Amino acid sequence: MASTLNPTEPQARKLDTAKVRQARNTGVILILLSVLVAYVFAFGTSGDATFRLSRPNDPWAVPNLVVPAMAFSYIAAAVLAFLGARQFVRGGVRWTGLSMGFGLLLAVAAFLVWATAGKSFSLTGMLQATVVRAVPIALGGLAGVLSERVAVVNIAIEGMLLAGAFTGALVGSLLGGYVGLIAAVAVGGLFGFILAALVITYRVDQIIAGVVLNLFVLGVTSYVSSQVYQEHRFLNDAPVFRPVDIPFLSDIPVIGPMLFQQNIFVYGAFIMVCIATYYLFHTRSGLRARAVGEHPQAADTLGINVYRTRYINVTVAGMVAGFGGAWFTLGSVGRFDEGMTHGLGYIGLAAMIVGRWHPFGALMAALVFGFADSMQQKLALLQTPIPSEFLAMSPYIATIILVAGLIGRARAPAADGQAYIKE
Amino acid sequence: MNEQTEKFSEKLLQRAAPGRVEFEDMVVVPLFAVIVALILGAFAMLATDVDLATIGRSYIALVVGSVGSVSAISETLTAATPLVLASLGMAVGFRAGLFNIGAEGQLLIGGMAAVVVGFNFAGMPAYFHLPLALLAGAIAGGLYAGIAGWLRAATGAHEVISTIMLNLMSYLLVDYILSLPVVQREGRADPISKSVLDSAELPRLLEWIDPNLRLHSGLFVMLAAVAFVYWLLFKTTFGFEFRASGANPEAARYAGMRSGLIIVIVMAFAGAMAGLAGANQTLGVLGRATPGFSAGIGFDAIAIALLGRSHPVGVLMAGLLFGALEAGGRQMQVDAGVSVDLIAIIQALIIVFIAAPLLVRKIFPWGFQKKARAGKE
Repeated sequence: MASTLNPTEPQARKLDTAKVRQARNTGVILILLSVLVAYVFAFGTSGDATFRLSRPNDPWAVPNLVVPAMAFSYIAAAVLAFLGARQFVRGGVRWTGLSMGFGLLLAVAAFLVWATAGKSFSLTGMLQATVVRAVPIALGGLAGVLSERVAVVNIAIEGMLLAGAFTGALVGSLLGGYVGLIAAVAVGGLFGFILAALVITYRVDQIIAGVVLNLFVLGVTSYVSSQVYQEHRFLNDAPVFRPVDIPFLSDIPVIGPMLFQQNIFVYGAFIMVCIATYYLFHTRSGLRARAVGEHPQAADTLGINVYRTRYINVTVAGMVAGFGGAWFTLGSVGRFDEGMTHGLGYIGLAAMIVGRWHPFGALMAALVFGFADSMQQKLALLQTPIPSEFLAMSPYIATIILVAGLIGRARAPAADGQAYIKE
Repeated sequence: MNEQTEKFSEKLLQRAAPGRVEFEDMVVVPLFAVIVALILGAFAMLATDVDLATIGRSYIALVVGSVGSVSAISETLTAATPLVLASLGMAVGFRAGLFNIGAEGQLLIGGMAAVVVGFNFAGMPAYFHLPLALLAGAIAGGLYAGIAGWLRAATGAHEVISTIMLNLMSYLLVDYILSLPVVQREGRADPISKSVLDSAELPRLLEWIDPNLRLHSGLFVMLAAVAFVYWLLFKTTFGFEFRASGANPEAARYAGMRSGLIIVIVMAFAGAMAGLAGANQTLGVLGRATPGFSAGIGFDAIAIALLGRSHPVGVLMAGLLFGALEAGGRQMQVDAGVSVDLIAIIQALIIVFIAAPLLVRKIFPWGFQKKARAGKE
């Protein structure tokens, strides 16, 4: 946690060599990827991969994207090898992140082309699913950003999502979708408040409090669904928010279906990310919140009420997570199942770390996870030789790789995870 | 039952660490936590339309099902064994400042490895086959957790995230392994492994009373592990290094301890314990592997390690309590028709109150010294 603000000479040199080593490692990884692409994806592959970009009744039809599989893979391998060799020989620190990102993108593209060789497959559909699947992760990540910026580690996102999903289904079944949504947000906020009370007022270890809240929500929701829903099925049959097309914008090929033919959860997530960014980095209270996360003593000395700031931010984070939780029921299937969030809250937490504690970063990371998730779903239909279980692991593996910091080490708010005791 | 446990632990703990504050933290707080959790559990039942008579019956069933008969005690001990094993690993992790949420996955991988060794090697004598299968479970779990430890030490990836991801991957990995022809039972289309050979099964202990009693010799493995962890943590240099790097990583590094290596070793040890717990389930209770045979033991283990304050003896007590709750909860579902998921609520509530001594002090101002110090975080 100790950040070196003024690195002395030897330390600076040490940092430099570490960076050069990282650049070299990136080069090795890229070269390995190139070998993989050349031998596994290009070798012995034939036929064209057809990516459908528009659906039959779209207003502006776009021709299909047809890619010759073998040629594409060899070109990708060549580019990867070039990038890797350049990175390895020159040790270019500046380009490490960029080459790595571009290289991974190319490798994924080569993989997709290889998997679709000789078949056809709707790229637009996959991108649309990417955005949909990114929503709960992005909202979870946003909730994480809001609370960790005031130095409260929020492992309880998973539980808040689950609580939101449960409340959305229950209240939505009884009083309609909009009331259900509001109730989900309120319950999410309630759990945010409980977390805040436990860690701020009662000074419970933050990770323990989060884990406990998760266990508690899982217990309560599972108990009610097995005790009550078995007999009273009408309590678990909520309306689903349908996609709303945005006029004109939704007609744009590829981007239209991806961004502008979605339901209110997708729009809500984008709007919230924008608002949160504005709040955190362009308003006075956002600056205060960040000050509380970086150096609570200093903030307190300046007259900022540390406890109140933390309470408010963590409660709002809970509300965001509650909204994200409602996506699981009101935004997709309309009914609640035990443990239906499947660890997406934790992936949201990972998205926050990968996104470097910035709302937009978290959104981008969530889109990467959403992409991995929707890709494995689509590829399962294409019947690749890879067992479906390993495809299903890809979002988790992506999380580990990203968190392990191939893209570079991120820095948490300085006071993250520590209780503040006012003197 | 609870009171007995509390009294026993009180005696032990007073010998280990006398003092009023410790007594309150170790005994009074857990006691209140259990009582309040049970009361709140009753409210949860009331809220879901369960009448008072049924609530009474379900709590009686809870007691009868956990300690009311030989078979109940056998069930309690059977349920407690893997819980204690897995949470011992967790406790060592906590002591070293590592939060390993991955016990569930390590348990699955370890149990799976034990099954694979258990149904192979026909004709091997039991005194060799059984330890081999247990060892396979421990090693597989340790290696799986070691990944997270290595990631933490080498790249700084937080172990909470990586162990959660490894958990999610382990479910899929087990599904995949169970679909392999060398593992899947002949003539079955569903994911189920071949049965463990007799020579690798943990022998049942109480078959001479009633063949249905499931208590098996994993109990001794568990007790040995408790003793071993106690010795490791408090009597060896290694244990001292674990605790030192958990209490103050910077100071430990200045004292010349290799923090990276300690992280990897601690994670691997925690994983080995969880793997042993998994082996214990597959070799002792189930006799085969199916998807999700871990049944949330790995997550309960977190709670138990917290409840037992990461002390081997505390973990043993807490594990017995949770085992009793689980065995009793099944009886409760049968007798009173109240869903066994209620137990999860009660367990979570117990942990909340244990983890928040300040909260308990506020709810119950009596029972504590007037000038009670603020709780130790």
